[in-house]
Amino acid sequence: MIKVNKEDMEYQEGMTIEDILRKKKYTFRMITVIVNGRVIPKDQHSAYRIMDGDNVDVVHIMSGG
Amino acid sequence: MDLLEMKKAHKLLARMDYELGKVEKGYTNRTLYINLSDNTIKTKPVTEQMKEIFIGGRGFGLWYLWNAITEKTKWSDPENEIIISTGPIGGITQYPGAGKSLVVTLSPTTGSVMDNNTGGYFGPLLKFAGWDALEIQGKAEKDVIIYIDGNSGYVTIEEAPLEAVDSHLAAEQFTAMYADSEEDKRNVAVVSSGRGAENTLIGLLNFSFYDVKRGVPRMKQAARGGTGTVFRDKKIKAIIVKYSGVKGDTNGPADKQKIIDAGLRLHREIYELDKVQNRMREVGTAHLTEIMNDYDLLPVMNFQYGSHQDAVKLSSDVFKEYFTQGLPDGCWYGCSMACAKAVDNFELKTGPYKGQKVCVDAAEYETVAGVGANCAIFDPEYVIEANFYCDTYGMDIISTATSMAFVMECYERGIINKEITGGLEIKFGNKDAALELIHQMGNGYGFGKIVGQGVRRMKKIFAEEYGADPNLLNDIGMEVKGLECSQYVSKESLAQQGGYALANKGPQHDEAWLIFMDMVNKQIPTFEDKAQALFYFPLFRTWFGLNGLCKLPWNDIEPADNGLTDEPAKVPEHVRNYVDIFNGVTGKNITKEDIILQSERVYNFQRIFNLRMGYGTRKYDIPPYRFMGPVTKEEYESRAERYDNQLKELGYDIEGKTVEEKIKMLREYREDQYQKLCDAVYKRRGWTPDGVPTLETVKRLGIHFPDVVELISKHQ
Repeated sequence: MIKVNKEDMEYQEGMTIEDILRKKKYTFRMITVIVNGRVIPKDQHSAYRIMDGDNVDVVHIMSGG
Repeated sequence: MDLLEMKKAHKLLARMDYELGKVEKGYTNRTLYINLSDNTIKTKPVTEQMKEIFIGGRGFGLWYLWNAITEKTKWSDPENEIIISTGPIGGITQYPGAGKSLVVTLSPTTGSVMDNNTGGYFGPLLKFAGWDALEIQGKAEKDVIIYIDGNSGYVTIEEAPLEAVDSHLAAEQFTAMYADSEEDKRNVAVVSSGRGAENTLIGLLNFSFYDVKRGVPRMKQAARGGTGTVFRDKKIKAIIVKYSGVKGDTNGPADKQKIIDAGLRLHREIYELDKVQNRMREVGTAHLTEIMNDYDLLPVMNFQYGSHQDAVKLSSDVFKEYFTQGLPDGCWYGCSMACAKAVDNFELKTGPYKGQKVCVDAAEYETVAGVGANCAIFDPEYVIEANFYCDTYGMDIISTATSMAFVMECYERGIINKEITGGLEIKFGNKDAALELIHQMGNGYGFGKIVGQGVRRMKKIFAEEYGADPNLLNDIGMEVKGLECSQYVSKESLAQQGGYALANKGPQHDEAWLIFMDMVNKQIPTFEDKAQALFYFPLFRTWFGLNGLCKLPWNDIEPADNGLTDEPAKVPEHVRNYVDIFNGVTGKNITKEDIILQSERVYNFQRIFNLRMGYGTRKYDIPPYRFMGPVTKEEYESRAERYDNQLKELGYDIEGKTVEEKIKMLREYREDQYQKLCDAVYKRRGWTPDGVPTLETVKRLGIHFPDVVELISKHQ
């Protein structure tokens, strides 16, 4: 199990940040992904592998409207 | 009819010659006052106290209106005013989004004070013509125009019987009439409305800017709360300002280099990053449609649902195919964000201009989501047509859309029928009926006369005259304080429910948009966190309206490393830019904390203004339940897993419970949460438990004028 934005998400072997974004339908472009307190640059999202128990924050920046 | 004939028919009612002013540090230090009842034209000083406390723009508007009316004044009384002002920063060309006009009046739909922030050239050209603000009071007997010549130095009030009322024609005629040549047209800005503003309570004002590439005047809207209805009730056909000679230092900045440096930082970001961020230059705010759909925030069928499989038919890529010229468009000089898009040679299929090819400023997110998704009509050409007619008729498209969506749901639920609608089968998805309804509203006939009064009055009419259940109407009629909701679903974000319902003028997103912070990022989990967000962000956004700024360059573009900052939602580097450009223009030395303080004064003053007009307490901050959660069985069942899980997590035993019982449980919980949110927000803002600023708060802010103290003392 991992945490994504404070909510539980089933862990799957080999899952990447990109997989998480797809699964959560996080399509907004202005996001910052932080795994266990460390910012992961955008160009690493497709390769960065999440580990079981990781805490992932996907911070959407837009304050909207 | 040619322009000469139109102009020849003008009858001069009054003229004032004036000495051309010079803008110093963002101010001309005087206001142009006009009374249309007795044709007074005079100069009023802008005092140091006004600049210190109210800054400009919306602040000036509120102050003038406060002094012009009493608590008994109604929107249609001659005492009511329309005040237009940009603000000290308005008119600079070095920083994106710095040409806004702020409009303040007493609203026909809310009965209280209304503010609007719009693009177009009027506000800056008015200032360069010598006036920080234009204050219009009184009512004319016949259609008039106000003309301000900022190069020759005179103002006139003239009867103008022959020009069109509808904005696309009025803007074109007055621009051509007052420009000396094709090149001179960019120096003319027109404020106009349309026939719909005469026939509804949701009239808007169009602010023109001449598009040199297309050779037409285009328009931005001060749309909310019936401002255009006040304008036409005063029998104003147009206000025209002319000023040629806009330069980089026309705004008289104290330190031009400071502004240039801030501007360069932002221009660079926009050029490098917009294409991988929000694509504002490419598609404008239309990019939001698919995002809102993905996050279940796009209003569908009168805010019942948050997404729809056909939303893809209204995506930004679809509209991009209609946008012409493929160039970034700005509504003031120097705006590299350039989000204003247009469709040229659009052939109209309905209405009085059927068959004509027109240029439409289309389509922004609110329009697409409102007349499109919220009415379940997923047809881009219908959206563009509705966009054109709402604008040229002078009707607020947000209120039109939210009113139509309400009517459609009422029709589908059998609350109203064909007899009542005059034969219109006004169901979700029926674009022909929707366009017919827009024409009825604009032209003031049939069922459109009822819909044009807005949601609040329709609720009353449907309950009193057609026997509808007032409780259901109150639950599904998406208005607060009498203003129709803008186009975001707030059910899953308690903070945004507050963002909407606590907003001074009613549920418009320009005061607060906290959904991602709250619902997605979960950055503000406690009541105190949400209250802090509902303290900071509405105040930060208020500041744009004091200074003549656009909100979009603040957070629709961000520095590449913004995510690494302590408070990314605030976009700290851009806050620094705003401090720099304010100081660069005014020569003052404010800090980022002063931005909040400046806004806090005006924001609290506006809250007290609501109180003065008979509102402004807790009971006026409570939204219809659909802002908070599912009203109907269909809504609950459409997201049953979400709601069931929430109830279980909250400790409710839902085993064997009916949907109706679960709706009731959820409602009790969410309504209680909303009340607790109000408690926390009022406390953070320095207000009483009933939502009135305390004496201590107004003293701290320096707005303890005798009449303010007398008023709020009764509510402590």
